[in-house]
Amino acid sequence: MGAQKKGGARVSDDSEEQSRQRLQAILLADSFTTKFRPVTLERPKVLLPLVNVPMIDYTLAWLESAGIEEVFVFCCAHSTQIIDYLETSEWRTHPNLVVRTIESHKSISAGDALRYIYEQQTETSQIQGDFVLVSGDTVSNMPLADLIQEHRERKKRDEKAIMTMVIKKSKPSLITHQSRLGTDQLFIAVDPLTKQLLHYEEDKVDHARGSVCLDKSLMESNPSVLLYNDMQDCYIDICSPEVLSLFEDNFDYQHLRRHFVKGVLVDDIMGYKIFTHEIGSSYAARVDNFRSYDTVSKDIIQRWTYPYVPDINFGGNRPVKLGRQGIYRACDVVQSRSADVGASTVVGYGTKIGNGDRILNSVIGNGCSIGSNVVIEGSYIWNNVTIEDGCEIRNAIVCDGVRIRAGAVLEPGVVLSFKVVVGRDFVVPAYSKVSLLQQPMKEDSDEELEYADSGSGTADRLSGLSLEMESKGSELGPDGAGYIWEVCEGAHDEEWKHSVAPIPEDKLAEITQAMDDYDDMEDESVVPTSGELKSDADSINTDVNDPGDDYGYFEKEVEGTFLRAVEEGIKVELGVLEINSLRLSYNMESADCAGAIFYSMMKLAVDTPHSSASELYKTASSIIAKWKGLLGFYVKQTDEQIEVMMKFEEMCQETAKELGPLFAQILHVLYEKDVVQEDAIMRWAEEKAGADEADKVYLQQCETFIQWLKEASEEEDEDDDEEED
Amino acid sequence: MDFQVVILAGGFSSNLQPLVSKEVPKALLPVANRPVLSYVLDLLESSNLKDLIVVVEGEDAALKVGGWISSACVDRLHVEVAAVAENVGTAGALRAIAHHLTAKDILIVSGDIVSDVSPGAVAATHRRHDASVTSMLCAEPVSGPSESGVAGGKDKTKKPACYDIIGLDSSKQFLLHIATAAEIKKDTRIKKSILCAAGKMEIRSDLMDSHIYAFKRSVLQKVLDQKPTFRSLKQDVLPYLVRTQLRSEVFPDEKTVEDNGKNNMQNNEVVLSHILSNASLPSFHQVYESGLNSRKTYKCCVYIADESKYCVRLNSIQAFMDVNRDVIGDANHLSGYTFSSHHNIVHPSAELGSKTTVGPHCMLGEGSQVGDKCSVKRSVIGRHCRIGSNVKVVNSVVMDHATIGDGCSIQGSVICSNAQLQERVALRDCQVEAGYVVYAGGEHKGETFARK
Repeated sequence: MGAQKKGGARVSDDSEEQSRQRLQAILLADSFTTKFRPVTLERPKVLLPLVNVPMIDYTLAWLESAGIEEVFVFCCAHSTQIIDYLETSEWRTHPNLVVRTIESHKSISAGDALRYIYEQQTETSQIQGDFVLVSGDTVSNMPLADLIQEHRERKKRDEKAIMTMVIKKSKPSLITHQSRLGTDQLFIAVDPLTKQLLHYEEDKVDHARGSVCLDKSLMESNPSVLLYNDMQDCYIDICSPEVLSLFEDNFDYQHLRRHFVKGVLVDDIMGYKIFTHEIGSSYAARVDNFRSYDTVSKDIIQRWTYPYVPDINFGGNRPVKLGRQGIYRACDVVQSRSADVGASTVVGYGTKIGNGDRILNSVIGNGCSIGSNVVIEGSYIWNNVTIEDGCEIRNAIVCDGVRIRAGAVLEPGVVLSFKVVVGRDFVVPAYSKVSLLQQPMKEDSDEELEYADSGSGTADRLSGLSLEMESKGSELGPDGAGYIWEVCEGAHDEEWKHSVAPIPEDKLAEITQAMDDYDDMEDESVVPTSGELKSDADSINTDVNDPGDDYGYFEKEVEGTFLRAVEEGIKVELGVLEINSLRLSYNMESADCAGAIFYSMMKLAVDTPHSSASELYKTASSIIAKWKGLLGFYVKQTDEQIEVMMKFEEMCQETAKELGPLFAQILHVLYEKDVVQEDAIMRWAEEKAGADEADKVYLQQCETFIQWLKEASEEEDEDDDEEED
Repeated sequence: MDFQVVILAGGFSSNLQPLVSKEVPKALLPVANRPVLSYVLDLLESSNLKDLIVVVEGEDAALKVGGWISSACVDRLHVEVAAVAENVGTAGALRAIAHHLTAKDILIVSGDIVSDVSPGAVAATHRRHDASVTSMLCAEPVSGPSESGVAGGKDKTKKPACYDIIGLDSSKQFLLHIATAAEIKKDTRIKKSILCAAGKMEIRSDLMDSHIYAFKRSVLQKVLDQKPTFRSLKQDVLPYLVRTQLRSEVFPDEKTVEDNGKNNMQNNEVVLSHILSNASLPSFHQVYESGLNSRKTYKCCVYIADESKYCVRLNSIQAFMDVNRDVIGDANHLSGYTFSSHHNIVHPSAELGSKTTVGPHCMLGEGSQVGDKCSVKRSVIGRHCRIGSNVKVVNSVVMDHATIGDGCSIQGSVICSNAQLQERVALRDCQVEAGYVVYAGGEHKGETFARK
């Protein structure tokens, strides 16, 4: 409490201007993800106990002591539970902190939430200035007043500085700096002088590559850039009101980082800037997944989060006594003499510990009853859990009301949701998630929303389910109750990463291996033979190959369309429409269309059964006659006509050699049907005149025709002259 | 010091046409009337590096350079001159002279550097970290390649179009990323594995790789052998080494030998290098190495020259002008001459006509004659030049034995040796090839005079 008062006093002492502006915060009491499923199907994440205290209490207690005067708690999933909890908690009547709730059921992302708040804002204008944006699962003890001051001053100097993001150096880890919290690798670039955020990249979200890509303009405008991999994003943001309106303007912004931050960084029209603030000694972390749940719990037990530790009352929690070796024990714990409670353990009120139990590095909630000879290591047992004799529990999360029957074993990484019953001697396989509720169907899971229904609905379904379950037995042994959720594909290899269980050795090796694989891939593709050569090779790769591929697809599509048109006798105009739409979708020139159509026509001619060259010629000319309208639409320019001829030549040389001998004849047909104009042929001939001998085969074939054309045109000219005369 | 020094002196660089010629290879271009190579040799001598190999492209050029070296410094230094084929690139040149290399470490210096950064310091850094490669970086601006060459002079305030992108670790001792001018037209890509190992990387675009490298000989030779396509040290070898520093492909076999034989000694060396580098924390290389997969790593280090140091490569015409101006101007301690009280050097044997002024930051070589009413500003004039009356020479370089007729005006230009300007020629930002004659009365701007 002392700390809180101090915080409050400091703020009120500050400058006049600041006292006019209340310090406000928006607390998102919904993470808009499904990482805590199945637990969050029944209880909102912010109410899940973290070392026996609901997460939201940590966040609110911190905000209060940091001098925040008004918090808007945005509830979405299970909003009634959250509101009920806040109504009954001491926050309701707290002297320094006003807690208001905003309820919305439509929001499925942080972006939606902020848009909703913005809409409300226009009516009530509750948020007057800069605000702190946090999520309800943040555990921190950092002071905010100075940071807000810094943000305001920066904002005054630079209108565009709309947000300050808190980052913290993560503990060094050999393999990945982020694995401690189970989040994805984060790469951020910061200007070393101004601390402006220049680049933000999360692995996985941006499809993992072996390298971080910084825009070239970044390097042009900044002589020096700091690129961090060992920072963690605390998801504590000091925002100016513009942030809300930005969300309103960009209705597709959903995720705070993936969309909003990246959007701001990429957008250079508005020129908004985001700055970072690195915290050194204070603590800040977010419980994002089961692994960070584990990590943050341990940090709390080891008192990194002081004053938010189990033996201090900070938000309606009942403090437990701290003993030696970091063992916190409530005063009324009944512990057998032969039980061995080891270091870094918390045992809550009214819990009974039986004979010969071994408990280490674990948190045990209130009102639990633990039988004899039970082993609990690195696990989180919530309230009112019954564990019968001889069970072994390692690195698991066991929610309220669970019953684990005698001899059952929980392998590492197991999560048992509310009121699950594990059968006698049953072994729950590693990383399984067990719930009384059935796993939602695939259709539901693609919207990242936890069930926002009111509690009663869930309860009804629950009771129905358990009835059903009793009749047909359970996946957890004959006397158990609960469904083992299937891990959806894709997330499977992620399971170990987010789980409470420590990362197994082989996975660590795998990560490094993967890292090297990237390297290898990278090297194969990028290793320059020489600096100069490399840039050339690259430009070939990017500039020529890709469109080439595209063109290949395009050609196929056009061919398909054309064949269908022939088969179904579609009108030329409709064919034009279809090919136009293809052209737009592949971003092709009309010359490409002409080439592709002509290719399809000739291919059709070749594919039509024929016995002799003359027959082939006949089919070809009839096809040309029939579809010249379609082709003619795209060959209005000389260039396009030349493209057709080039294509024809290419075909004769490569794909359809049968056409070779007919080149001149078919060209003549094209000329007669006005598909190809005289100019185009002449220019083609000119272009080809300089080519290799091998390339000139068709030119020579057409020589007589071209000669004839020339003479004809000369005659025409003469005619013209005569006429003029 | 057990360092062998290789000076890559180039040949008849095309960037410097028409300043270089059959007579004057790049290494012998005069900077304040001394061949540019002499600055490098002096610099090395000042660091007590006396075992030198000068690599010259082309036999003819090698003869010329060798001739000059034997006349100039045979008594002070132990210099070998090796000729390699033209256009083999820097890596190719090293490949060609590989059999000459015997020392444990090789210092490679570009022959066109005019600098006062001590190569000894680079070598010491290299040794201290037991690095595989150490590169010297200096602050910008170092004039880039010749893009701005002919027209240049005015856009000095602009940022050069080419610069290197360099990634350093937080202690600024290790090189984590390098992208040279050729690559940076694209977005910068930083390898995640290196970034993850180091945790933090500072990416700078205001530093320039200045072509002084120290290599471990074994590493250098392995890379040259294994990658026959590598042509350039800067663009191929160095980036390759930096890229693969955490998973050395270069010496897997060598390491095993060492492991068998001299394990103890290696440990000692590690401890020693620890003490030497004052590292209270092990470097990230060691952390990474001691990790799960006990990989072999090697270190790429940097020596960052102090910002007050001067370092310019003479690799373009613009750079040639700049270097000449700086050596008699801002960086005059490099020239080795003593300046008069007017901040200029006029050789006692030079003859000045009446009412002729030679301003500060000028140099007038031995036996040159300047007629009446001339004005020379911020220019270098070579030996035995004949300059008529009423001539203005500003911001220019006039090489030995040039003849300039009466009434000429020369600004921002280079007049090579034996060239002749007839009367009343006005040149601005021009280059005149050796022995060329510019006819009377012409007015030229931004032109190059050379016989085809």
